[in-house]
Amino acid sequence: MTALSASVPAGALVRAAEFEAPQLDYLALSPVLVVLGAAIAGVLIEAFVARSARYGAHLGLAAVGLVGALVLTVVVAFDSTVAEGGTALGAVTGLGSVAVDGPALIMWGLLLVLGLISVMLFAERQLDGGVTAFAGQAAALPGSEAERQASVKQLEHTEVFPLLMFAVGGMMLFPAANNLLVLFVALEVFSLPLYLLCGLARRRRLLSQESAMKYFLLGAFSSGFFVYGIALIYGYAGTMEYAGIAAAIEGTSGNQGLLLGGIALMAVGLFFKVSAVPFHTWTPDVYQGAPTAVTGFMAAATKVAAFGAMLRLFYVAFGPARWDWLPIFWAVAILTMVVGVVLALTQADVKRLLAYSSIAHAGFILTGLLGVQQLSEVGGTQITSVQAVLFYLVTYGFMTLGAFAVVTLVRDSGGEANHLSRWAGLGKEAPVLAGVFAFFLLAMAGIPLTSGFTGKWAVFASALSGGAWPVVVVAVVMSAVAGYFYIRLIVTMYFDEPVGAGPTVTAPSALTLVVITVGFAVTLVLGIVPGPVLDLIGNAGEFIR
Amino acid sequence: MSFPWLTVALLLPLVGGAVVALLPRAGGQLPKMVALGVSVATLVLVVAMTTQYDVGGGMQFVEEHVWIEAFGAYYALGVDGLGLAMVLLTVILSPVVILASWDDADEGRWSTNAFFGWMLALEGLAIGVFAATDVFLFYVLFEATLIPIYFLIGGFGGPERAHAALKFLIYSLFGGLIMLAAVIGLYAVSAGSDGGPTYLLRELSGLPIEQNTGRWLFVGFFIAFAVKAPMFPVHTWLPDATSQGTPGTSVLLVSILDKIGTFGMLRFCLGLFPEASRWATPVVLALAAVSVLYGALLAIGQNNIPRLIAYTSISHFGFIVLGIFVFNSQGQAGSILYMFNHGLSTAALFLVTGFLIKRRGSQLISDFGGVEKVAPVLAGLMLVAGLSSLSLPGLAPFVSELLVMVGAFVYSPLLAAVVVPGVVLAALYILLMYQRTMTGPTAPAVEGMADLKVREVSALAPLVLLIVLLGFYPTPLLDVINPSVADTLSYVGVTDPAPAVAGGTEAGQ
Repeated sequence: MTALSASVPAGALVRAAEFEAPQLDYLALSPVLVVLGAAIAGVLIEAFVARSARYGAHLGLAAVGLVGALVLTVVVAFDSTVAEGGTALGAVTGLGSVAVDGPALIMWGLLLVLGLISVMLFAERQLDGGVTAFAGQAAALPGSEAERQASVKQLEHTEVFPLLMFAVGGMMLFPAANNLLVLFVALEVFSLPLYLLCGLARRRRLLSQESAMKYFLLGAFSSGFFVYGIALIYGYAGTMEYAGIAAAIEGTSGNQGLLLGGIALMAVGLFFKVSAVPFHTWTPDVYQGAPTAVTGFMAAATKVAAFGAMLRLFYVAFGPARWDWLPIFWAVAILTMVVGVVLALTQADVKRLLAYSSIAHAGFILTGLLGVQQLSEVGGTQITSVQAVLFYLVTYGFMTLGAFAVVTLVRDSGGEANHLSRWAGLGKEAPVLAGVFAFFLLAMAGIPLTSGFTGKWAVFASALSGGAWPVVVVAVVMSAVAGYFYIRLIVTMYFDEPVGAGPTVTAPSALTLVVITVGFAVTLVLGIVPGPVLDLIGNAGEFIR
Repeated sequence: MSFPWLTVALLLPLVGGAVVALLPRAGGQLPKMVALGVSVATLVLVVAMTTQYDVGGGMQFVEEHVWIEAFGAYYALGVDGLGLAMVLLTVILSPVVILASWDDADEGRWSTNAFFGWMLALEGLAIGVFAATDVFLFYVLFEATLIPIYFLIGGFGGPERAHAALKFLIYSLFGGLIMLAAVIGLYAVSAGSDGGPTYLLRELSGLPIEQNTGRWLFVGFFIAFAVKAPMFPVHTWLPDATSQGTPGTSVLLVSILDKIGTFGMLRFCLGLFPEASRWATPVVLALAAVSVLYGALLAIGQNNIPRLIAYTSISHFGFIVLGIFVFNSQGQAGSILYMFNHGLSTAALFLVTGFLIKRRGSQLISDFGGVEKVAPVLAGLMLVAGLSSLSLPGLAPFVSELLVMVGAFVYSPLLAAVVVPGVVLAALYILLMYQRTMTGPTAPAVEGMADLKVREVSALAPLVLLIVLLGFYPTPLLDVINPSVADTLSYVGVTDPAPAVAGGTEAGQ
C-alpha cells in the first residue's frame, strides 16, 4: 500500500500513512494455506527424504493435504454467515483481497476433489512397468545415454506431486481473488507448475517438451496482456479491489477508454486460460503432448479456476459495465463453439479430439456466463448464471478426468495408442472399458440421463433467460454437430474392425480404476438426480461484493 | 396413492432388458424366452390397466413426484385416450416383434442377448414417452430412445448398417437439440411466471405465452417431431434405416418410435401452443400433402422392399399429420386411429416381407417372382398386410384413412382433392409389389422356398386378427380416443364447423 502514487484517493493515503497490521481470517483461508503448505512440505521431502521413500511420502502428503483442505472447506462453509444484502454467504478477508464466499467454497471443494483424483492418476505406476508416466530425468536429452540410464535405473520425477499441489493452491486462490494483484499472483502460481508438468512425459518426450514450450510462451504472452489490462483498470479506477472498480464504473468517473481497454486485455488473458477462440491455438498441441494425467487435470481444473475467476471478475468488478463486455462474450462464445466443434470433426488423435471438444465446452460454459442471471434479478426459484456455470463445471470436470483416465489405459508397445484408428474394435477387446468411454462421450455430447445433458440444460437456460437466444440457437446446432464426432468414435470402437493387432488395454492399479469409477458415477448420478448438487450450489448464493 | 401402473409398465421391460443382457452368452434359447416372457407380462399388465380405464375420465393413472426442483421438472406420468392407444400399440407390437425376430440376431456380430435386451429397453422407454405428462421427462425419454434403436440398427443389420445408424442418429439429435432449445425456452417462460419454473403439462397449458415466443417455441418442437415422424423434407434417414435394420428393428422404429413424432404434435404442439398451431397450419398442411404424394410416388419407384415400405410410411405419416392439423374431430380422431392402425399394418408388412427377404437373401423385388406357388401362406399374409396398408375397406386402416379424408374435406375440399391421389397411388405401390414378387412364373432362385413356420405365422396372427377386427368394429378404440380429441380441440379453441354439405353426418362420433 505504501507504493501508491499521488493519484490515489485521499482515504488510501491516510491508511497508508498509519500502518495497519493485516487482519487475516485464518480459518477462512485455511484450505488454501493447507494446500500450499503441503506443496512446500513436498519440496522439503524432495530435498531430505531418500529417493526410494519419496513416492510414498509424496502420495501420503498430497492426500492428507487435499483431504484436510476439503474438510476445512466444509468447516468454513458451515461457519460462514449470510453477508450484508442477504444474497451472499461468507466474508471478504485479507484486507479485501480474498473473498471466501459461497461460490468460492464450492469451487474450492470441486478443485480439491479434482486435485485428489488427479493425484491418483499421477501416481499410477502399473501402466508403464512400475514407474509413473512422468520422465525419469527431465534434464536428460531425449534419445541420449543419460535418458537410457535413467530408464534403466527406474528413476522417476516425484516433484510432480508438489507441482500439482502448487497448481491446486493457485487455482483455489484464483476464483476467490477479490483484488487484481491477488488475481494475477494466483494466475502465475497455478500456471507455472502446469507449464513444467506438461514437459515431463516419459514417452514421446519431444512432443511433450514442445507442448510445454508452446504453452509457456503463449501463456507468458497472455499473462502480459492480463497485466497490462490490470494496469489500465487501475489507472481507470484507482483501486485494485473489485468493489472499488465496480463503484468507479457506477460513478462513471475516469477515462472510459482505459476501462474498455483494460476489460478487453484482461478478457484476453482469461480467454486464453479457458481456451476460448481465438485464443485457443495452444490447446490441441498442449493437450496432445502433455502426459495424459496432466492433460486431464489441466482440462478439468484449469477450466474451473479460470471460469470461476472470470465469473467473479466480470460479474462483480465489471458488472456495472455489462453492456460493454457482453457483445464480446457473445461473439467469443459463438466463435468458440463453432471453431471447436468444426475442427474436432477432422481430428484423428483422441487427445486432440478431446482438446477440441474442451474448446467447444468452453463455448458452452461461456453461453451460461453471458446470461448474467443474478439472484437479485431473478426470483428465488429460478436458476442463476453462477449456479448454472458452476454446475456445468462440476459435470464437465468429472467426465473429462474420467475420459482422460480411460485414454491412459489404451496402449500399444509405444505407450498410449492415441490414434483413432488404434481404437477400432475396442468394444470387443474390452467391452466394459469401451462402454464406460462411450458413456463419457455421450455425456460430452449432452445425451439425456448423463450429467452432460443436465449441465447443458442449465447453461442454456441461463443464457435463454438472459435473452441470449441467438447464442443458444448456435449452441444447440453445434451440440448436434458435435454429436457426430463423439458418436463416430463410438462407432469406431464398436462397429469397426481392428487394424492389425488391435488395441490392448493394460490393466491399471486401483488408483486409475477409482478415478474412472468416480468419474462414471458422478456423470451418471448428476444425469439422473442433479437436484441435490444444484441446490447445494444454489444455496451457496451470489458472489459477495 | 393407488397402484403405480405406468411406472411398473415402464420399469418391467427396462429391468427385463437388463436381465436379458446379463444372461450368459451361450444361453441358447433362454434370453429369447425371457425377453418374450417379459414383453408378454408387460402386455398383460397394460391390458389389466386398460380394464381400469375410465373412458372420458381425462388424464388417468396419474403419478407426480418432484424430480429436479431447480429445473421445475417432475416425474409425472398419466395417460388419456391418446396416450393409452399408443401405450397399447407399444405393448402389443413388442412381443410380436420379439417372436418374429427369434433368429435374426443369431448371426450378428453382437450377442443375441444384446439384441433382445435393447428391444426391451426400447419398449420401456417408449411406454415412458407416451405416458409422460412433464415436458422435461418427455424430452429425456424421447432422446433416450435413440440409444437402443441406434444400437439395434448399428449392431444387427445389413452391410451399410453403421452408416444408416449414424444418419438416423444425427437427424434425430439435430431435431432433438432444436427441441431442447424450445424446452429450455419453455422453462424461461414458466420461470418468469408467478408459479415459478414448472414443466408439468397441466400447469404449462394454463400459462399465458406471448404470441411471438409461442410461435418460436412451436417451431422448435415441430421440427423435432417432423424429423421423427418423418415428414418431407426431413425424411431421408428412414429408408436407409429400414433397409439396413432387421425387420423387427424397422417395426419398432416405424410403428412405435415414429409415432412419437405425431403423438408429440398432438400432445405438445397443440397442447402447449394452440395459437401458434393455428398460425402454422397452412405450412404444415402443405408439407403433409407433399409427404403423402411424394412418399407414394417414391414408393412406386422402389425396387427395394424395405425402402418401399419406408416410403409408404412417409406417405401415411403425411395423412396422420394432415388429420391432426385440419382441426376437426373427424380428422384428429382419424389421425389417432391411423397411428394405431398404421402401427399394426406396417408391422405386419415389415415382418412378412422380412420373412420373405430372409428366405431369398435379397431385398430386391426384381429377385423374386411367383412366390405364391411355393409359399402360399406367406403370399396370403403378405396380401392381407398389403391390402391393409392400402386401406382396403374391411381392414382397420380403411376406417382411419376415411376419417382423415373426411376431416380434410371438412377443412377444405381442395385439400382433400389434392391428397386423394395418395390413396390411389397406395393401391399402385402395394399391388405392383405383390404382383412382381408373388405372381407370375416362379423365379429359379425362389424354387423350393420354404413356407412360413409355425412361429412366424403365430407372430403375424395377432396382427392380422386385430387388423380385421378393428376394420369391422373400431368402436372400442374410437370410444377411447374421442374424448381426448374433444379435449384437445376445445383447448385449441376450435369447434367443428357445421356441415356445409346437406345431410352430412358426423363420422366417427
